[in-house]
Amino acid sequence: MGHRVTTRQPDISALLDAPDVLVCCGSGGVGKTTTAAAVGLHAARIGRRVVVVTIDPAKRLADALGVPGGLGNDPVELPIDEGCEGELWALMLDPATTFDGLVRANASSAEQTERILSNRFYRNVAGSLSGTQEYMAAERLHALHGDPRFDLVVVDTPPTRNALDFLDAPSTLSRFLDHPLFRLIMVPTRRGLRVLNVASQPVLRTIGKAVGSDVLADAIAFFQAFAGMETGFRARADEVIALLHGESTRYLLVASPRGDTIEEARYFARRLREKDLAVRAVVVNRCTPDFGAPPSRRPKSAAGSELYDNLRELRATAKIEREHAAVLLGDDAIGPDAATRFVPALPGDVHDLEALEAIRTALFGE
Amino acid sequence: MPPKDPLQFLTTARIAVVAGKGGVGKTTVTAVLARAAIRSGLRVLVVELDGKPTLEALVPGVEVQHISAPAALAEYLQSHGLSRVVKRLATSGVIDVVATASPGIDDIVVLGKIKQLERSGDYDLIVVDGPAAGHAVTFLLSAKGMLATVRGGPIATQAVEVTEMLADPTRCQVVLVTVPESTPVNEAIETAAALEERVGVHLAPVVVNALDDGPLLPAAGAADGSAMRAAAEFRNARRTLHADECERLAQELPLAQLHLPLVPGAVLDAAAVERLADAWATA
Repeated sequence: MGHRVTTRQPDISALLDAPDVLVCCGSGGVGKTTTAAAVGLHAARIGRRVVVVTIDPAKRLADALGVPGGLGNDPVELPIDEGCEGELWALMLDPATTFDGLVRANASSAEQTERILSNRFYRNVAGSLSGTQEYMAAERLHALHGDPRFDLVVVDTPPTRNALDFLDAPSTLSRFLDHPLFRLIMVPTRRGLRVLNVASQPVLRTIGKAVGSDVLADAIAFFQAFAGMETGFRARADEVIALLHGESTRYLLVASPRGDTIEEARYFARRLREKDLAVRAVVVNRCTPDFGAPPSRRPKSAAGSELYDNLRELRATAKIEREHAAVLLGDDAIGPDAATRFVPALPGDVHDLEALEAIRTALFGE
Repeated sequence: MPPKDPLQFLTTARIAVVAGKGGVGKTTVTAVLARAAIRSGLRVLVVELDGKPTLEALVPGVEVQHISAPAALAEYLQSHGLSRVVKRLATSGVIDVVATASPGIDDIVVLGKIKQLERSGDYDLIVVDGPAAGHAVTFLLSAKGMLATVRGGPIATQAVEVTEMLADPTRCQVVLVTVPESTPVNEAIETAAALEERVGVHLAPVVVNALDDGPLLPAAGAADGSAMRAAAEFRNARRTLHADECERLAQELPLAQLHLPLVPGAVLDAAAVERLADAWATA
């Protein structure tokens, strides 16, 4: 089967011209993880030391890379071909473990660390509080960017609409620190923040009645323990935002040529545009391949006729797909300097390095 | 053994929660189920949790309710004597406080709201377009989680009632949606195990969406290297993969399967939903 690759200037390899971070975004089911893995593979081939980070708790990246045991919170090196100068590593973000590490790094004492980590409320929210996952992703990105083992971090964002929230890391953080509950129990003093007497707060007493008083007590104990750490958190967050908005970070948008996913991709493109971030490449995955034109006349035999109809049907599908893709590529939110690639659908799934190699070739050529 | 009529659950359960990863076609399945139920003469309500405005257009004439977690939580707090607190902090502020202090409370009040609609007796079937991505298990587990952490009070009562509703197959069943490819099928199998073992909810037939169903084409009838040959081989490879994945799903997940055919380019409109519902009616 011939994989015809449509190329449009500018060249997609510019995507890897010395960026430090490459962020892949798009909705679920469009092959975003596979694309991130294929880009990582290519970068390793051209000599980069790459780590691919997935935030998606599904095992897609492990599947795409053919890692049998799955991936953990620490990077593992993947066996790519011999004689290749680069390296390919991968990991799956565990927000709770990352949050624990951040608490340890910022706490003023072992006692403070212990008080926070053992708090029941903290254990509940460390991985699930809205925005925590995104913030931890940004935090992890920052840490990997500074890790001397790697010179390129490829990020596979979660398949949700709020996946780009991690670009707002500082504001996510301040939402957390400026949390009404935090503000309610903290009063500023000359030496920083002090915890108010909870019993003196009728608001808190009423809330306790609605949600259960022990639940609230845990939450308050957490915010009390957290006091004093906000400065370190904020400074760190500012560095992350500078990295994400800097010249060394590039954005890749992944879509598939269906009406609904094209709309989602346009949504992501607009979100990036609002933040003054440029989409450097658009990858339209899972396109029905171009098999060439049918014969000028329908074959007479029953079998030939069936094959003729099948080819016509697939060509009609491909035409609908191109129309969908054109809507995305024509969107104002995608600038003229974005490279475009159409990747043909493979008849099978991508779950080994060989299939990944086919995608890599479709993206970057031989 | 699969039941004779895989759509029977539409009449035996009053709530069908449609669950599956992003991109597998949850909204399509919600629309087709609603359409199929209306055809059987049922009074149908569609509940939507994601803020997607598309369902009304896909199933014209059906009642659609959009339930948002913050709005449901605000309503809950107001009806439980917190209107003064709600007034004092801005509404969004108090919701944030409560939701943070008590993780899962927003899911519980949404489920409580669905329970209320079920108990109203106004509908024979409520089809819920479930929460996005991997949130379905957490969403349905919220009641059990709440039971473990909260003792007494209105939320605990709510959690008990929701747990009862989820455990009763005549009241609630979950319709898992997948596509016939290896990663989505693996995820469906894992989600099914989590839903049955951890949530204790009954699983309706699993829906395999975007299936390229049909006999293999006589590819050898076209010349080697020709466009017709390449197209036939592509089609045959996909049909083989899809059939294999349905077979594997059946082996690992002993549930009846409902199949929805692949719609080219997935241009989904009310007419396409009608056609898909037709496909089920004649299956």
